[in-house]
Amino acid sequence: MPTGASASAADTGGLFGRRLLFVTGKGGTGKTSVAAAIALAASRTGRRVLLVEMDAKGSLAAMLGTAHTGYDPVVVAPNLSVMSMDTESSLREYLRIHLRIPFMARLAPLAGVFDFVADAAPGVKEILGVGKVAWEVREQAWDLVVVDSEASGHVVSQIASPRVINRLVAGGPLASQTKWMLDILEDPARTGVVVVSTTEELAVTETVSLVDRLRSETGTGLAAVVVNRADTPIDPEITGLVATLDEGGLDADHRGALVVVREAIARAEEARGALADLTVVAGSASVIVIPDLATSDPDEASVVRSIADVLAPSSDTEPM
Amino acid sequence: MIPRAVFDEARLVLVCGSGGTGKTTTAAGAGLAAAREGRRVLVITVDPARRLAQALGLGDSVRNDEHDVDDQAVRASGGCLTVTMLDTKAGWDDLVRRHAPDAASAERVLSNGLYANITSRFVNSHDYIAMERLHDLGRDDRFDLVVVDTPPSRNALDLLDAPRRMREFFSGRLLRWLTLPYRSRALTLASKPFLQIADRLLGARFLSQVAEFFSLLHAMEPGFVRRAADVEATLTKPATRCIVVTAPEPASATEAEFLVAELARRDMHAALVVANKVVPAPRVAHGALAAGGSPWDAIATIVESQQQIASRHAATIARLATMPVPLVVVPRVSAGVGDGGAASGLEAVVAALTASDSPDTNGAGSVSGFDPGD
Repeated sequence: MPTGASASAADTGGLFGRRLLFVTGKGGTGKTSVAAAIALAASRTGRRVLLVEMDAKGSLAAMLGTAHTGYDPVVVAPNLSVMSMDTESSLREYLRIHLRIPFMARLAPLAGVFDFVADAAPGVKEILGVGKVAWEVREQAWDLVVVDSEASGHVVSQIASPRVINRLVAGGPLASQTKWMLDILEDPARTGVVVVSTTEELAVTETVSLVDRLRSETGTGLAAVVVNRADTPIDPEITGLVATLDEGGLDADHRGALVVVREAIARAEEARGALADLTVVAGSASVIVIPDLATSDPDEASVVRSIADVLAPSSDTEPM
Repeated sequence: MIPRAVFDEARLVLVCGSGGTGKTTTAAGAGLAAAREGRRVLVITVDPARRLAQALGLGDSVRNDEHDVDDQAVRASGGCLTVTMLDTKAGWDDLVRRHAPDAASAERVLSNGLYANITSRFVNSHDYIAMERLHDLGRDDRFDLVVVDTPPSRNALDLLDAPRRMREFFSGRLLRWLTLPYRSRALTLASKPFLQIADRLLGARFLSQVAEFFSLLHAMEPGFVRRAADVEATLTKPATRCIVVTAPEPASATEAEFLVAELARRDMHAALVVANKVVPAPRVAHGALAAGGSPWDAIATIVESQQQIASRHAATIARLATMPVPLVVVPRVSAGVGDGGAASGLEAVVAALTASDSPDTNGAGSVSGFDPGD
């Protein structure tokens, strides 16, 4: 278990001051890398951080340079531990802690039953995931729990699951368990959602509808919109100069450079529009831009480190 | 030519990959390429971006209907290209109506309180419907090639596992237990601690609602199981090929490698890996812009950052090229052109797929051959 007091180091829009962050976004936006980077950056500020991989695909292991992640947290860096959600383990833990049903060898067929429960009963799989995460927050072993949630649509079901369960299973022991979860999930000071987007059309559209659904179907607040792999804005002066350049007298290298720059200008222009849309959607939540030139290194771990550097520079200077 | 190699013997092409990699564009592009070779192609897509739908000539209102794409080269070749979208809700309703023993049972299922909730939240609900559509199309001789843009799922393999899971679920003892009359269920309950726990966790009222729903669904079981087994068998036929789509980013490449390995493990045929949106290396010699003064110093910085992204992509491409599956590299299209790039994105996929160089001699080398900016 990591130890150490939380320090009041560089913060990112109050992001690290919360206790629970659900990081989500359309597939392909770099959601998992951003979640890992947020956790890494927060751990650099001295906070004890738990990073939870919800979909258990094991991609976090490569990003954080560890061989394997499992249900039991593994320390991967100072102050930073990682676990992979496993709903069956979560169910066993739940039965043991809350219903005082001890682990039994006779529960072996649980796996087979579990498929049914997960498939058929709305919200059960979700609540076992979200319940475990909320439990970790409640037990206060961590300063911050960062969840690499499942992609967009599913995160709403996950966060809304205590409400859904409450409605469907009125009176059951599961229903009475949802109250303390909701207290944590619906407290904007403690819990927030981070939506990762890019400036691509589909990603922006999905971010807009996700934020709408979060606001209408859950009581959990939006903490930030992260714009990943953003094209670098181009100085308007350069844009003006490029427009007036005469290609006639240029050699191949300079013409090649012009092609690149005109493309960069066009992309930056598109990105500017997308960024404006995302800023409107974010409302009072912060918008964090991660530029797409962080690294030429094709290594997942270094991508995570460069994003973390943007979020919390090691030198503790102005974060954004 | 790649489409020949990949598609000539193919009846069904599954386009898989994680979200955001340009999967839908790739599926549409592959369909267009094959149709231009004279094939009669149906592309099943999930939810294309508005601009891609427009690039294909589809209106906003198209849902489950089939739409013919008007393309001169397709007409010239004698082929045809039809695009349809997958609507999960309509698909389930349709399924229930078709398999219910009678109209009254169908209505009871459709009006069950849990039906909408379960079918929309059912893990892999999309995948089952996609599989059902595939089953139907297997016997539709209007098309000689079906290209499927696999639904966005938490795991790209969920679609492939859907028939097996469905078969297991419908023939499993849980469904049988759930559909027993309540009294005999109580007896079973006493002997099975895990069922006791389910009852205690979920509450009897909820369980009986679930049970009612599933006993209605149970009446349709034989049809479901037979169809799921059919589709499952189709997946491993040699005429079923898979295209794995990836972005040129390290994390996406890891996912692609995983997918290729999993397809092989399932005896399925990965025919092609397509790397999309690859940033080409700037055609500028190192140091050529040095000390150029304004605005060339600023331009050199921009070129430098593009160089970094391009070399990251090139390294990822080199890694993808080591897989035992041919690799096709699709360059990122220019921004701000005409429709915003959707049509050019489509054509970029077609061009890359039909490029005449051998698919086996690609990899990092071919990246430098791209024309930057076009």
